[in-house]
Amino acid sequence: MRNITLSQAVNEALAEEMRRDETVFIIGEDVAEAGTPFKVLSGLVEEFGTERVVDTPIAEPGFMGIAVGAAMTGSRPVVDLMFGDFIYLIMDQLCNQAAKTHYMSGGKLSVPLVLRTNLGATRRSAAQHSQSLHALVAHIPGLKVAMPSSAYEAKGLMKTAIRDNNPVVIFEDKLMYNDKAPVPEEEFLIPFGEANIKREGADITLIGTSSMVQVCEKAAEILAKEGIEAEVIDPRTIVPLDEAALLKSAKKTSRVIVVDEGHQSFGITGEIASRINEKAFYHLDAPVLRMGAMDVPVPFSPALEDITVPTPEAVAENARKLMSGEMIHAA
Amino acid sequence: MAKAKTNTEDYLRMYRQMVRIRTFEDNANQLYLSAKMPGLTHMYSGEEAVAVGICEALTKDDKITSTHRGHGHCVAKGAEFKEMFCELLGKEEGYCRGKGGSMHIADQSNGNLGANAIVGGSMGIATGAAFTSKLLGKQDVTVCFFGDGATAQGLMYEVMNMAALWNLPVIYACENNGYSEYTKTEEIAAGSITARAEAFGIEAHQVDGQDVLAVNALTQKLVERARKGEGPFFMELMTYRYHGHHVGDINREYYRSKDEEKDWKENKDPIIRFRSWLVEEGIASEDEIEAMNEEIKKDASDAVEYALNAKYPDESEVDMHVFTDIPHALLRDTA
Repeated sequence: MRNITLSQAVNEALAEEMRRDETVFIIGEDVAEAGTPFKVLSGLVEEFGTERVVDTPIAEPGFMGIAVGAAMTGSRPVVDLMFGDFIYLIMDQLCNQAAKTHYMSGGKLSVPLVLRTNLGATRRSAAQHSQSLHALVAHIPGLKVAMPSSAYEAKGLMKTAIRDNNPVVIFEDKLMYNDKAPVPEEEFLIPFGEANIKREGADITLIGTSSMVQVCEKAAEILAKEGIEAEVIDPRTIVPLDEAALLKSAKKTSRVIVVDEGHQSFGITGEIASRINEKAFYHLDAPVLRMGAMDVPVPFSPALEDITVPTPEAVAENARKLMSGEMIHAA
Repeated sequence: MAKAKTNTEDYLRMYRQMVRIRTFEDNANQLYLSAKMPGLTHMYSGEEAVAVGICEALTKDDKITSTHRGHGHCVAKGAEFKEMFCELLGKEEGYCRGKGGSMHIADQSNGNLGANAIVGGSMGIATGAAFTSKLLGKQDVTVCFFGDGATAQGLMYEVMNMAALWNLPVIYACENNGYSEYTKTEEIAAGSITARAEAFGIEAHQVDGQDVLAVNALTQKLVERARKGEGPFFMELMTYRYHGHHVGDINREYYRSKDEEKDWKENKDPIIRFRSWLVEEGIASEDEIEAMNEEIKKDASDAVEYALNAKYPDESEVDMHVFTDIPHALLRDTA
C-alpha cells in the first residue's frame, strides 16, 4: 500500500467528496490559492473553482454562521478554521446554532456541516495557537467530534464526516500534517463510534486520542522490552464514543491510562476514566489514570512547552507504577 | 398610503394576515397572564405591517430567519395557528414537537428557518441560506429579520461584508421599534442605521413600517432585483412594539411613557390605517371586515382550545433529535 501524508489524505478526501457531491464546498480564510497556511488544500481551487473553495475575510463567526445557514438549506459546507484556538470566536454559531438546530426544530431542520480545525502543542506557537480544545465541543450535545490519529484515519473520517447529516468537528494534529501512513488507493470510509485496537496486550490498556495514539504506541514498545504487554486503543471519534470497546479492554487488562492532549482538568481523560470507573469498577486492579496536557496556558519557550504534554516515557513510567501497585494508594 | 398591489385579493389577504398576527398575540398574552403558558414570550403587536408587507412579497420557497419576537414572521410566512399554539404550550403537535417553544419556532415547509433567541444570531444563517441559493443556482431570496438592538452585534458587519463581496440574494430587514430590550435605541446606536449597510456598498432604504403597502412595494422591488443577482439590500423599517420587551415587562414607565404608547396605538396603528384605506377605496365594507375579524378570532380561540387539550410529548422524546441518525442519544452501548 502507498504511503501518503496526513495533509494529502485530507486533500484527497475533500476532492473525492466534492467530485461525488456538488453541494459540498469549502469556506474559510486563505483556503483557495493559498491552500491554507499548512498547504493542506493546495490544488483544490484549481479543480473546483472559487465558487466551491471560498476565501473569506478574517471573520470566523461570520463564515461559520454562513456555513450553518448554507447547511440548513441544502449545501454541505466544510468550514476551515485555521487554528483550533479560534473556536472561542465561533462558539455561538457552533454551539448555540449548529448544535441545537436539529433538536430545537423537533428534527425538522438539520445542519450537515464539517468544521475542520486542528490541535496540538510543541510547535513553538505559544498560548493562542497551540491549544487542544476538543473537550469544549465534545461537551455540547448535538456535535460529533472526530480525532484522526494518522493519514488513514484523517481520510476515512473526513469522508464519513462530509456524508454525515449532523455538524461534525474534526481536529487534526497540526504537527502530523507531514507524517506518512499507509492509505489505500481505493475508496474507503471509517464509521464513527468504532474504536481501533492499534496493538493488543493483556497487562494494561492505553487509550490515546489523535497524536497521543502514537505516544501510547511508543510507550507500549518501551514497556514490551520490560515484559509488560500494553493494549493501545484509538477511539477515533470521541462523540460518538465506542464505550463498549474501551470497557472490554479495561475488563481484560484491569489497568487503564487515558492519554489526551487537552488540558487534564475537566477534560476527555476524566470523562473516559469516569465511564470506565462507573461500568468496570469491579474489574479494575488500579485507579484509571488520566494523562492530559498540564493545566497551564501553553508556554512559548521550548524548555517549558515540551514538559506540558504527555510523552511516551511519562506514559511508560505511569504504566510501571500501575503495574507495581504503587498508584493504588497514591492519593 | 402608498399603492403597491392592484389585486383586491392581495389587499384582503394582507389585512387578514395582519389581523391574524394581532389576534395570535392577544391570545398568547392571555395564555401568559392566565399562567397557562410555560415561560415568557415576546409580542409582535404593533409591527404587523413589517412582517406582512415583506412576506407577501416572497414566494413559499423564499427563506426567512426570524427573531425572539418572531410570531409575526411565522404567521406572515404561512404558519398555522394550531401548530403554533401547540408549540407555545410545549405540546407534541407543535411545529417543533414542543422542543423549541416561542423563541425557536421553525416552519421549514414555508421557508421559515426559525426564530432565534440570540439577538443577531440568525444573521449568519440568513446569509448562508442566500449562499446556498447562489451556489446551487436556485432562485430563492432570503430575508433576515432582526431588530435595532441586533445592529450592535459584530456578526452583522461580518456577514454584510461577505454578502456584499459575493452579491448574495439576501435582504437585511431591520425592524426598528425604538427599543433595544429596555433601552431606547438612540442610547445604543450611534450614527445612522442605514449608513451601516451603506458602508459596505449595500443599497439601504428606510421605510414607514406601519404602512403595509409601502413595505410591500419596496420589498417587491428589492426581491426582484435580488433574484437577478443585484443584492444584497438593507431595509430599516420604522415601527413600534406595543408591549414591553416580553409579556412580563408590564411596569415600563421608567423607560417608555404611556403617552408615547397611546400615540402609536391610536394614531399610527398599521391595522387601523390599512382598514380605513380598504374601506375608503371600496375594497371591503366595514361589515365584511368585522366578519373577517370575527372569523379570525374564532380560529384563534379554537386553536388555543385545541392546544390546551393537546398532549405533551412522551418522555421518551427527550433524547430524540439530538442527532439525525441516532434515534436516542442517551442510549449508549454499555457492554
